[in-house]
Amino acid sequence: MTTTLNPRFTFDTFVVGAANRLAVTAGRTVAENPGSAYNPLFIYSGSGLGKTHVLMAIGHAAKTLAPQLNIEYLTLDEYVEAFHAAIAAGQGDAFRRRFQNVGVLLVDDVQFLTNRKEMQTELLRLTEALQQSGHQIVLASDRPPAEIADLDERLISRFSGGLVVDMGIPDYETRVAILRRKAEERGSSFQPGVLETVAKVEFPNVRELMGALNRIVAFQAVNDTPINAEAVRKVLGVRTGESPPAAGSPAAASPGASPDEFSQFLTDVSFTVGKAVEAWRARVTEAVLRWEGEGYRTGRLEKLLDQERPSAVDGEIAAYVLDVERLKALEAEVATLDPQASGDKVFHDPGRMAEAEAAAARVREGAAPPPAPSAAFPLDAYMAGSSNDVALNAARDVISKPGKKYNPLVIVGRSGLGKTHLLNAIGLELAKKRGAVVACLSTQGFVDELIAAIDGNRVDWWRARYRRCTALLLDDIHLLAGKERTQEELFNLFNQFLDTERQLVFTAPAHPNTLEGLEERIMSRLEGGLVAEVGEPDKELRRGALERLLKQQHIRADAALLDYFADRPVDSVRSLTGLVQRVVEAATSQEVPVTAGLAREVLEGVPPRPPPGARRTAGARTSGLVVSSAGGVRSREKMVWDWPAASDRVIEEVR
Amino acid sequence: MSLVNFTSREITCKIVYYGPGRSGKTTNLHYVYERVPETRRGRMVSLATQTDRTLFFDFLPIDLGQISGFSTRFQLYTVPGQVYYNATRRLVLQGADGVVFVGDSQARQLDENLESLQNLQSNLLEHGVDVRTVPLVMQYNKQDLPRELILTPPELDDALNFRAVPSFPADALHGTGVFETLKRISELVLKRLAAGSPAV
Repeated sequence: MTTTLNPRFTFDTFVVGAANRLAVTAGRTVAENPGSAYNPLFIYSGSGLGKTHVLMAIGHAAKTLAPQLNIEYLTLDEYVEAFHAAIAAGQGDAFRRRFQNVGVLLVDDVQFLTNRKEMQTELLRLTEALQQSGHQIVLASDRPPAEIADLDERLISRFSGGLVVDMGIPDYETRVAILRRKAEERGSSFQPGVLETVAKVEFPNVRELMGALNRIVAFQAVNDTPINAEAVRKVLGVRTGESPPAAGSPAAASPGASPDEFSQFLTDVSFTVGKAVEAWRARVTEAVLRWEGEGYRTGRLEKLLDQERPSAVDGEIAAYVLDVERLKALEAEVATLDPQASGDKVFHDPGRMAEAEAAAARVREGAAPPPAPSAAFPLDAYMAGSSNDVALNAARDVISKPGKKYNPLVIVGRSGLGKTHLLNAIGLELAKKRGAVVACLSTQGFVDELIAAIDGNRVDWWRARYRRCTALLLDDIHLLAGKERTQEELFNLFNQFLDTERQLVFTAPAHPNTLEGLEERIMSRLEGGLVAEVGEPDKELRRGALERLLKQQHIRADAALLDYFADRPVDSVRSLTGLVQRVVEAATSQEVPVTAGLAREVLEGVPPRPPPGARRTAGARTSGLVVSSAGGVRSREKMVWDWPAASDRVIEEVR
Repeated sequence: MSLVNFTSREITCKIVYYGPGRSGKTTNLHYVYERVPETRRGRMVSLATQTDRTLFFDFLPIDLGQISGFSTRFQLYTVPGQVYYNATRRLVLQGADGVVFVGDSQARQLDENLESLQNLQSNLLEHGVDVRTVPLVMQYNKQDLPRELILTPPELDDALNFRAVPSFPADALHGTGVFETLKRISELVLKRLAAGSPAV
């Protein structure tokens, strides 16, 4: 209900002149000492002289000084509306309490109290309550309290009991200052004398002064040459040394003629002509400034200013506004579907309606691409070996004949065996094909997207997004367990993909028929393609993976090191990577090269070798135990890799 | 005829006083003529018969001078009210920006008023103009006559003013309501500038 304070309306942006100095000073005082200085403060002035600005500025200033202060700005109409709503809802008391707790209450347009007896009573009660509890009330009106028709005497005396200040029409200097500041805010610069010429016109209020500024800003914008003082007079329809007819002065009564019927007629006609003849330009300019302010391209409207005559400008403006409304609707629609796409400039250019419609249609159809495979898992980085050749061959077949040979392809295997790698690698290869749209994501991501879509009421869009994919690759399909809605959606997608020979690839930790929580129809469909198992990496594969791993880390790998690692009993490449990582870190921290010995030390806790130079017979003497390279003896105790020299041994024995 | 010429910055309003014979159209013009300073009025052209009835038409150009940078001219015309001058009426009506219908308030003239109003409508239609789109003001003249002879403005409104256009009681001879009528029709005509719609 309460209008938020316009951030532009602060004391800093208010140009103070003789006509409004008192009001501004009073306003500042009130903001600094709410409730104690002038309470209530009643500001009145003609329309367009800055009442609302000062009211809001008081709110801003008070809020800055005391952030905890509860500040409400509202127009009397809003107050009345809220009051009626509260009464209708039987919440009259709550309504009163709500406003009695406001620290600074700013009420605008109080003149509308006329003929509203019950509101006057209500406002009187509120004013008294606020005053008693030391809360500030500031009122603004277009006339002094005594001139508000039918205003309760008690209210008049109440209002007059505080401070009643008026704001007048700004003088010439203030007008120049206002124009300069506003021109600066707009980023417009004018030739010397231009703003002064505008200021010379005695506009009845600042709003009209701003209208005049708008006109010359717009005029300068559409003309290549900067506007000069003479042109200003023309644009504003002012003759030298004379006020515009809009200001209400008779335009061309014959000198010496008594104010007879004719001159009266002439005055009236002049007024009408003045309003009518250039009014269309003002309307166009207003529309330009308004929509420009809202961030829309206004080229279409600016063109109207080039024409000599006002051929149906209202129609043009109306059409423009309609288009803007349409753009707003489109943007809002797009924003719910795809927040990123809504920032598109095309939604702010009514000159490109067709493009905007097309862009929205694209989004509607789900043009925002679904998650793509990760580039971190290229196919050629996938280590082939006997443990995964079935899966890899199947993947190659899928890549060469997507949707035709194995559909779906289900890659199963324990964690860390490279399923995700293979899945993404397939996705990357498939995405290379012309017109391919590959969705490759984790099942969890898939579920989350659906939930978000349901939440945002855009399941259709979500579906459309996947339906236009040429391939769907889901990692860890077992996570679908218990997600009935997702299974339902996947089931439908599944059928569509199968019918149109589009590839489906899944990964699972175990054979689909052993997965729990999957619906039979999904399971049977998973079984219906190829289930390719990825086994534990064999030594050859481990060695290959190891070589690549070490190469990536720029570690020179000797045969002993490779052999050592390859012989380690690991069940997956991932755990192998973990081992290598531990060794490499140890080597880095000790600043020694990565060797088989270091690895042994780190991984098995074998003491380090003696420093170089010490007598030793590394590898020459052994315990006599032959350790097979396949790792037949794995017990630490039973393996002695590095025998000390005999003398060392003696010492050892003495101990 | 163009109402506003933005190139030469001229506004020309053609206002036609229409109505039955002897309703006071020329009297209206005369009154205006007398009130316009000499420098601002052109020669009033009046083609009248010897019995002082408008045979052809009256024409009064008024120069309102520069208004908002536009040199503004009003052209006031009357039509001959007599039934047999319809060709002239149609001619004068051509290009009118606004019409003042001067009705005769006398009760016995009611039929003439109605007939003339219908004639206005059909003549406008001849020019392809819908009477509903033309700025129109009614003036009920001769309200100075004895009460028993005339109809009151509300009665005349009921009888003639179907479209509820602005209406003014007048006594053209003494000037009552003359400028009010002119002012109102001018406003209506000029308001069309704002809408940007072309003149008749």
